[in-house]
Amino acid sequence: MANVLVNAPKTAKKGDTVEIKALIMHPMETGFRPGTNGRIIPRNIVEDFSATWNGREIFRMKMSPAVAANPFVSFFTVATESGTIALRWSGDEGFVAEHRVAITVT
Amino acid sequence: MTRLRLGLTLTAVFCTSFAVAQGGDPRRSGYQEMGPALQKMQDDDTANPAMLYAQSGATAWTEKAGLAGKACADCHGDAAVSMKGVAARYPAIAPSIDKPVDLEGRINLCRTTHQQAPELAAESDDLLALGAYVALQSRGLPIAPPDEPKLAAVRSAGADLYKGRQGQLNLSCANCHDDNAGRKLAGATIPQAHPTGYPIYRLEWQALGSLRRRLRNCIVGMRAEPWRPGAPEYLALEAYLMDRARGMPMDAPGVRP
Repeated sequence: MANVLVNAPKTAKKGDTVEIKALIMHPMETGFRPGTNGRIIPRNIVEDFSATWNGREIFRMKMSPAVAANPFVSFFTVATESGTIALRWSGDEGFVAEHRVAITVT
Repeated sequence: MTRLRLGLTLTAVFCTSFAVAQGGDPRRSGYQEMGPALQKMQDDDTANPAMLYAQSGATAWTEKAGLAGKACADCHGDAAVSMKGVAARYPAIAPSIDKPVDLEGRINLCRTTHQQAPELAAESDDLLALGAYVALQSRGLPIAPPDEPKLAAVRSAGADLYKGRQGQLNLSCANCHDDNAGRKLAGATIPQAHPTGYPIYRLEWQALGSLRRRLRNCIVGMRAEPWRPGAPEYLALEAYLMDRARGMPMDAPGVRP
């Protein structure tokens, strides 16, 4: 699986706004560039990124070829209950990556 | 008398280190020339994209390779202990071949001799990842090139390359990085060219790259002809630049614009 680096708080107070930052290794090949042989390199991007908190979706974004390689996404959410934040990336060539972090809400 | 001399020496050493700590050193790293946003990006290990490569390097460190069936860790153990300060010393003379090598060259030397594995391709992601992982262990440590007499010739060859004009624009490295450092080249600040953060994640490349790639970039920018891959000129320049940055803290793997 692709390398992933996630920065999320381990604990939060109920009702607090928490920031979740996620970085993933991916070439984000645009599909517009010719390779050394002159042929177009096929598009290979992460198309979809989503986050769920105990199974409930809290964030989703569509990515385009304009997004740089190794996309870094940061978003905010409100801490509701203890559990797992699951991050999921999917894209071209059957690319899927998942990462889970535990968070305790008091 | 001896005691007096010792006292004077100690005072001198103290004054020097104090001056360095107080910013008496006119040298500035590429990190110091960056804006606060990029500095933050580099400082946060979960936002610095070079750390993704270091992650791959950490995995490769424990993976067995080659006919010998050995991993880096089988000889070197924990990289956090054995590789501390190593990247800050290279390029150095490799005793087994009695020739200067840079960190990437040293990794490949280990592969061919100890692991009996094929060399990793120059500038490949695998080699850069291992380099980033090893360089990470020297973060914050001062650059300390070895006092090898054999390196002196390499360094002076590098100094000549650094100061010599070349290419259609008839520029030398020194024209920009000594004479005009801190000023602007179009929108970019010209850094003093201290290789403190290599391998670097350069945003323009959208990838991790070696010091050689950076040198090649500059040479093309001067409209000179880059040396062939693996040419001794790269090593000479690397050795000179590391000596020029002696004592500056490593911040590898760095982020650069």
